[in-house]
Amino acid sequence: MSDLTITALRFGFLLLLWVLIFSIVSAMRRDLMLGRKAAAGAPTARQIRRNPELAEAPPQPVKQQARQLVVVEGPLKGRTVPLAASPILLGRAQEATLVLEDDYASGRHARLFPQGSRWFIEDLGSTNGTYLGDQQLTRALPVEPGVPVRIGKTVIELRP
Amino acid sequence: MSQVSTMPKPRRNVELALLLLALVVGIGANMLVGVDQEKAFDSDFWFQSSLLAIAALAFHAVLRFRAKYADPVILPIAVALNGLGLAMIHRLDPPGGDTGNNQLRWTLLAMAVSIAVVFFLKDHRILRRFTFISLAASALLLIMPLVPGIGAGEILGAQVWIKVGSMTFQPGEVAKITLAIFFAGYLSSNRDLILLAGRKIGPMQFPRFKDMGPMITAWLVSIGVLVFQRDLGSSLLFFGLFIVMIYVATSRISWVVIGVALIIGGGFVAAQVFSHVQQRIYGWLNAFSPDVYENGSRQVIEGLFGMANGGLVGTGLAQGRPDLVPFANSDMIIASLGEELGLIGLFAIVLLYLMFFTRGFRAALGTRDSFGKLLACGLSFAVALQCFVVIGGVTRLIPLTGLTTPFLAAGGSSLLANWIIVGLLLMISHAARGPVDTTPLPPAGTAAATGIDTPTEAVKQA
Repeated sequence: MSDLTITALRFGFLLLLWVLIFSIVSAMRRDLMLGRKAAAGAPTARQIRRNPELAEAPPQPVKQQARQLVVVEGPLKGRTVPLAASPILLGRAQEATLVLEDDYASGRHARLFPQGSRWFIEDLGSTNGTYLGDQQLTRALPVEPGVPVRIGKTVIELRP
Repeated sequence: MSQVSTMPKPRRNVELALLLLALVVGIGANMLVGVDQEKAFDSDFWFQSSLLAIAALAFHAVLRFRAKYADPVILPIAVALNGLGLAMIHRLDPPGGDTGNNQLRWTLLAMAVSIAVVFFLKDHRILRRFTFISLAASALLLIMPLVPGIGAGEILGAQVWIKVGSMTFQPGEVAKITLAIFFAGYLSSNRDLILLAGRKIGPMQFPRFKDMGPMITAWLVSIGVLVFQRDLGSSLLFFGLFIVMIYVATSRISWVVIGVALIIGGGFVAAQVFSHVQQRIYGWLNAFSPDVYENGSRQVIEGLFGMANGGLVGTGLAQGRPDLVPFANSDMIIASLGEELGLIGLFAIVLLYLMFFTRGFRAALGTRDSFGKLLACGLSFAVALQCFVVIGGVTRLIPLTGLTTPFLAAGGSSLLANWIIVGLLLMISHAARGPVDTTPLPPAGTAAATGIDTPTEAVKQA
């Protein structure tokens, strides 16, 4: 085989290596973009200028539906869990949806479940109790967005 | 924060595309190796390439229906690195040599084991039940090379091999996985105990002496490995793994301070007491002096000359003379690749490693249980530290030690261990990237009293 072909193959291979790397990087970048778009939510001014139909959707004064659960205090502070249609188990047990690393929480402490358009919280017989606002739960009660729910040292809130 | 509001996407097609590209890299390298020996496209080449491709695609297929949310990048990176290693080992085989084919056999075995891990391990949290079994397994694996009869005795100054029939195996490679499982299980259950107690000295809170127990044990284990097996690299690897995992679990900088102090102290004493450590350090510092070159540093220096010969773009595959370096296909494979692919190619390889660890850490960030977090962190860090120790040793940044280059170097035990790590990381990333797993609850006793516990219905999103 001629020298020229071999040289071309040699550089071609180096190029190929970097093509692989840039494809991997771009695959990872798309992963990140996906998250950012979803998190940003509201369209930017520029997007509205381009497609005016995005601008409608006036702020809903009526009851906003809770879309996520946010830990506002305690060891897991800052953690968010998206609320889907299925119930959420809170507690220290590994099978819990939100595993609380909190010494004052029971293994299966409380349960958050959707009913109609609202979310309810129910204590599962925990040792230290569950508090909605400053009232200890004795039965399942509806949780409005923004009302703190305390489990041990952890405080969670529902957010729209 | 943002990743939770994203819709989970399997992204298996992206993986397939990247995997095909990775196979082109691996097989292309193998082709270039033979291209000027006029044996580029013989039946051997096609046979080996198709085996590699079939194994990689089988792995992909298993991921499709077993772990469809797994990270799409990890598998292609591992395949690309393994393919490059295979090509280089094949290239360095002397006529009639069998190392290349042997490496291919081990690759297929390792990938099969990794596929089995993904297939049978439905949830990585199951491994937590084996916390103390893993500790026992690690101890057994580390002692095995020292047992007469099983141990293969001292090979190249280190006692780290065992003999099974005619094959040799390095159990220490697998021990890094079992140790990571033990540390993850132990720390995820005892984290609070270690965190709560302790007194404050200056700005740092130091743990109680009682809680230092496991730390001191880990230190003793690594010193033991150093003394009895004469293996500086593994000793560094195990200790580093433990410090990082305990730091990640407690986020206390004091552990790192204590750990580094112990390493420096232990290293200093080892350098005073053991002649082989002393020789290593002397040979590293004075590598270029002629008398050291003759008995000790020849390997590193030849490797450096090789890489210098390669320069920026390399001599081209099969065009250089990496075979002049002793152990060119195992310890020094980075130097061999550096010579033939040049700085540009070597940086590509280092970047592949870097992306591999970042994906491992990404899985650790995303997963919701502390055991999975610690395990993913520990495994990715073990691979990262191994790369640092090997590449640092070859480029004479630190003394050369006997660790293997993950995925590249000739050696079955290392391939097996690293492919198992790939399987575990894929499972953890599947848990991290998938939809939140809401386990159904058994009807609780309190439910009846509330009277509203009718079967839940889907919330209509407005």
